[in-house]
Amino acid sequence: MIDNPKTGMTLIVKTITRLTVGLIMLFGIYIILHGHVSPGGGFAGGVIVALSFVHLMLAFGKDTAIARISKNMASNLESIGAMMFLFIALLGFLGGSFFLNVFAKGSPFDLFSAGTIPLSNIAIGIKVGVGLFAIFLALVVLERSK
Amino acid sequence: MELHILLIFMIFAAIVAIEVKDLLSSVIAVGAVGFALCLAFLVLKAPDLAITQLVVEILCLIILIRATINKDLPLVIEGRWVFNTVSTLGFIAVFLLFSWLALKELPGFGEPIMAVVKKYLQEGVSKTGAVNIVTAVILDFRAYDTLGEATVLFASVIGIMAILRRPGRKKRE
Repeated sequence: MIDNPKTGMTLIVKTITRLTVGLIMLFGIYIILHGHVSPGGGFAGGVIVALSFVHLMLAFGKDTAIARISKNMASNLESIGAMMFLFIALLGFLGGSFFLNVFAKGSPFDLFSAGTIPLSNIAIGIKVGVGLFAIFLALVVLERSK
Repeated sequence: MELHILLIFMIFAAIVAIEVKDLLSSVIAVGAVGFALCLAFLVLKAPDLAITQLVVEILCLIILIRATINKDLPLVIEGRWVFNTVSTLGFIAVFLLFSWLALKELPGFGEPIMAVVKKYLQEGVSKTGAVNIVTAVILDFRAYDTLGEATVLFASVIGIMAILRRPGRKKRE
């Protein structure tokens, strides 16, 4: 399916996309994981991850992207991200109050520091990335079904 | 100085976006406004906002182009233009009056009051362990607001999925 010349854009775009799309997604994951030590965070990184899937869909057509993440899976993952964020919020009750940072803080500038903040970033990253891709997917499906 | 150049460019691009006849050119002019806003955030030393503005602008631009490229919406100009112009001017006057009343009360640009912020800046690293103070505020001190934002996004995704799903559309026809 990936080399089908009838779907998607030209061979040049497909070849460049095959090289870059992994790097774009990796950059998004980097921004999510380093949200507490450098600019960025769950929202910006999640949008970059969603953009990598949008990139895939624009270059290879709708079916290749849906084979990676279907609409139901996107919807489920979005709910899982929301539940994770809520669970982290409820985890604060271990220390006494909602959204309390209960884990060890670690030393500043480390990747594994800041308690629950990286976990919240990951939850928001999953939620935003998959959610925005689901919106894009729904809009494209609407256009095809007319 | 750079800020003023960027602001003038943004106003110019916004006027182009309204006045141009082609819908696709209009969407791209809106994108130019967004990129200038991203540069303005960088000049004001807010890299977090600049990154978010840049990527959201790209995604929104793609979605808008994708949604508008096949259908050119007609622009309604004819009709009661006297009434429309008068009501537009009236609303502009009301808006300017209230914004003048509101902006009089705000502190000057670049002179924040620093009532709550001072505590966050002083105790941010020791209380949360996060070096990025923006993340420390939105995910620790003000995490409840972030939960509300996440709920808004969740509701919008659920709503779009419910409205645009295929079986529902076929049944209605």
